[in-house]
Amino acid sequence: MKLHVKTTINGEEFEFLCEPRESLLEVLRDRLGLTGSKEGCNNGNCGACNVILDGRLVNSCLVFAAEAAGRAITTIEGIQGPEGLHPLQEKFLEHAALQCGICTPGFIVAAKALLDRNPDPSEAEVRLWLAGNLCRCTGYDKIVRAVLEAAKSTAVVMEK
Amino acid sequence: MPTVFIPAQLQSFTGGARKVEVKGKTLREVIEALDAAFPGLRDRLVEGDRLRPGLAVAIDSVICSAGLRQAVRKDSEVHFIPAISGG
Amino acid sequence: MATVKTKKTTKSKKASQIPVRYRVIGTRPIRHDGVDKVTGRAQYGADVQLAGLLHGGILRSPHAHARIRSIDTGKAAALPGVKAVITSADIGPVTDRVVDLGEGATRLQHLRDNILASGKALYQGHAVAAVAATSPHIAQEALRLIEVDYEVLPPVLDLREAMEAGAPLLHEDLHTDDLGTKSMQPSNIAKHLRFEKGDLEKGFKKADQIFEREFLTSMVHQGYIEPHNATAFWNADGRLAIWCSTQGGFTVRQQAAAILDLPVSSIKVIPMEIGGGFGGKIHVYLEPVAALLSKKSGKPVKLVMDRAEVFEATGPTSGSHIQVKIGARKDGRIVAAQAQLAYEAGAFPGSLVVCGMMCIFAPYDLEHQRIDGYDVLVTKPKTAPYRAPGATNAAFASETVLDEIAEWAGIDPLEIRRLNGAKEGTRRADGLVYPRIGFLETLGAARKHPHASAPLEGPNRGRGVASGFWFNVGLKSSVTAAVNSDGTVSLTEGTPDIGGTRTSVAMQLAEVLGLAAADVKPQVVDTDSVGYNDVTGGSRVTFATGLAAIEAARDIERQMAERAARLWGVPASKVKAAGGVYRHATDSKKKITFKELAARLDETGGPVVGKASLDTSASAGGGFGTHIVDVEVDPETGKVQILRYTAVQDVGKAIHPSYVEGQLQGGVAQGAGWALNEEYFYDDQGRLANASFLDYRMPTALDLPMIDTVLVEVPNPGHPFGVRGVGEVPIVPPPAALANAIYRAAGVRLRQLPMNPGRVLEAILTRDGKPPSKA
Repeated sequence: MKLHVKTTINGEEFEFLCEPRESLLEVLRDRLGLTGSKEGCNNGNCGACNVILDGRLVNSCLVFAAEAAGRAITTIEGIQGPEGLHPLQEKFLEHAALQCGICTPGFIVAAKALLDRNPDPSEAEVRLWLAGNLCRCTGYDKIVRAVLEAAKSTAVVMEK
Repeated sequence: MPTVFIPAQLQSFTGGARKVEVKGKTLREVIEALDAAFPGLRDRLVEGDRLRPGLAVAIDSVICSAGLRQAVRKDSEVHFIPAISGG
Repeated sequence: MATVKTKKTTKSKKASQIPVRYRVIGTRPIRHDGVDKVTGRAQYGADVQLAGLLHGGILRSPHAHARIRSIDTGKAAALPGVKAVITSADIGPVTDRVVDLGEGATRLQHLRDNILASGKALYQGHAVAAVAATSPHIAQEALRLIEVDYEVLPPVLDLREAMEAGAPLLHEDLHTDDLGTKSMQPSNIAKHLRFEKGDLEKGFKKADQIFEREFLTSMVHQGYIEPHNATAFWNADGRLAIWCSTQGGFTVRQQAAAILDLPVSSIKVIPMEIGGGFGGKIHVYLEPVAALLSKKSGKPVKLVMDRAEVFEATGPTSGSHIQVKIGARKDGRIVAAQAQLAYEAGAFPGSLVVCGMMCIFAPYDLEHQRIDGYDVLVTKPKTAPYRAPGATNAAFASETVLDEIAEWAGIDPLEIRRLNGAKEGTRRADGLVYPRIGFLETLGAARKHPHASAPLEGPNRGRGVASGFWFNVGLKSSVTAAVNSDGTVSLTEGTPDIGGTRTSVAMQLAEVLGLAAADVKPQVVDTDSVGYNDVTGGSRVTFATGLAAIEAARDIERQMAERAARLWGVPASKVKAAGGVYRHATDSKKKITFKELAARLDETGGPVVGKASLDTSASAGGGFGTHIVDVEVDPETGKVQILRYTAVQDVGKAIHPSYVEGQLQGGVAQGAGWALNEEYFYDDQGRLANASFLDYRMPTALDLPMIDTVLVEVPNPGHPFGVRGVGEVPIVPPPAALANAIYRAAGVRLRQLPMNPGRVLEAILTRDGKPPSKA
């Protein structure tokens, strides 16, 4: 038996069929072709599959696809605006905050969720918030700097 | 004559000698000369017409890529070392 | 043929054939694949979608050691949706031989038996059978229907127990190769090796004090975030295509060809973006299995490991038992050094103990040395390289003993390293003599860094120092580079880009041709589309593929000069090229830029393509790092907090400094995890108890401070820009540096990794006396 689910992803309405046991991550990747969300562990330990669900940061591997019904999801594919890259994406590039890149979508989504609720975080706040995202390449230094710099640049935009 | 450093695992062939001097202008000639002096050594170093898998040769501390054709000078040092690559 | 001829490296001077004022080298352009990676568009192996794709799964042994009496796949094959079921019987017989896979030599039988167990399962997680089905869930259900009759055998989990006579044997046909002689009795010790220099006994006689210490380290995993994956399609014409996450498309091709007994040319490997490797994505695990499932089903098949499978069934790096004996004089000079290293190979021979042996005393100029190494089988996964494989374990031992000697002699830890430090002309224990190296320069830079002299305030805090060495390798790289009519160059490479090497290689090509980094369009392609390349490993890509790019650029430059000559109707010898401008040697009016010339290729003879295929082994330059760390040890819990970290490294020449810094920072983070927390934790039956990220617990952003880096640039004489590999060195010093810092903070010397809170607390509770004064 398959479930019929209607949801909003990155501002667009989506409908899909899925099995009750399928996770949101599986549906995003395998049914909807949104492969920007990555699977690193499939049990909520690494954050590579982070999406924002009704304003809340979640591991999409721990959410059943059926739970998405009637809700709004932001994935990495929806971070970039029509006018170009999001400041977080720009700062990740400028600060070389990625090496292999597999954790990058999750970090950017998680950082977006942070800046949405705390536009001017301290280094300690950034580190605490991002503790649910694993990166094995960078040692986090450049990621934390990129997020802090992105916060600065969005603050400037808001002042304008 | 070139000096060949004998790896510990092959020193049983050389009566325990760690260094030997043999004639040769190429690595192939050096190995032939080694084998003439210490029969059986060639087979431990060479398989067919090539160095054994997993083995590398350094001449004057430079890892060679020309195989058995590698030129060896009169005052050269020849080392047989494990081939390594890394992570 | 290498581009750079290093004649007599022991006498080499700083080589630089290209002006030292660079326009591109040393700048920090945005990486070429960056936008795809921050927007989620980059295609990794698990993202592959093909029409009719089946999903596979692998049944793994629940036992660490068991004889497989029989496998019944009947019920699984009958499950609706299942399209293929295979066991090792489907691989077909292979002639057992030693194969060189560009990553050390391996017995083909072992390679094959690690893919799918035949006869015996040798570790928990060892693949036993595989299925392909129309959905991953059906595949998982089918695995549960496979019936395997195991005769459970006793596991061998402790390295030292495995070495004893009478220990349960993993391979009944394996005899120790003991310094070239085969042992009479079968054994779990696959190999005993030795390096020797000088006269050890004579050396020890000169010592005022001899330090003998023993060290243990646990198996640890590379911990890349992307699990292994492979998608294969065995076409009806016999051509096999494999999409996968690998450090080397060509090594996958070689391994798959050997296991499946196919000519290499019938396999095309498409290396997808790779989500981390660190040495762990060189051996094949899934690729031949996906291929066989595809052959049997006639459909493309995708296999993706889950995280537990990655931990249980791919190659971690060796746990080890290391004994070190060092003799020192009162003035701090080391007079003799001996080490015995035993490394876990896992279920099949081939630990990288030899690298540990070659690195353990490599930073020092020591006259008398003897180093013995043992490659030991245990019922754990077959080990794989992990970033400077073997060297981190070894440095943990040697660098902490050196710290003790410094304290005994009353000498500063940086000074004792300088006093004994290796330099150009120093002969290592393996016999090789160093060309120009920058170890002493790292010590000097560390001493000058404010961290070295910053006051360390507060109780329970301490500062530690340690150094490390890694060879870096050259090996083979091929590239082609095509000039586009808009004055850009499309660069085709075959070394997968794990950390920004598309850009660091493109920048070298750009520098030679006088272009901007963005004018070069690099791409990593499949094995049908570029000449042979060895793996992305050994910190070699920016060095070796960079050399190939430089050579290809020079090839382009020669051809472009000819085109300018044709345009002006003068002999090619009259055209001089420099910095992207082509000038007539005597007629100053005649000059044309690369871009202008690129637009006029059609009227001067058609397209221009540069190419290079090199074996760069001769000229790779070794790298050294020196790290300083401050810690605070909680005396109540034993938890170690890193307060400040500075990594100094000789990087030769930083092509893209941001990514070089990133390599140092990432290496430190991995080394810190290895030092303080990470380990394979087995129960007494050989079942891995922490096969998840939650329980294995790698460092998070919260566990680490900012990591300061100092890039020392002592040019590698074997590269025109002076590049040395940089990726591996920085994982080597952290465990020793942290152990030394913990000692200064808490007065306890830890000689076992990880130095987790339990171990630190136990040491504190059992220590004699008070903490020493701070260094």
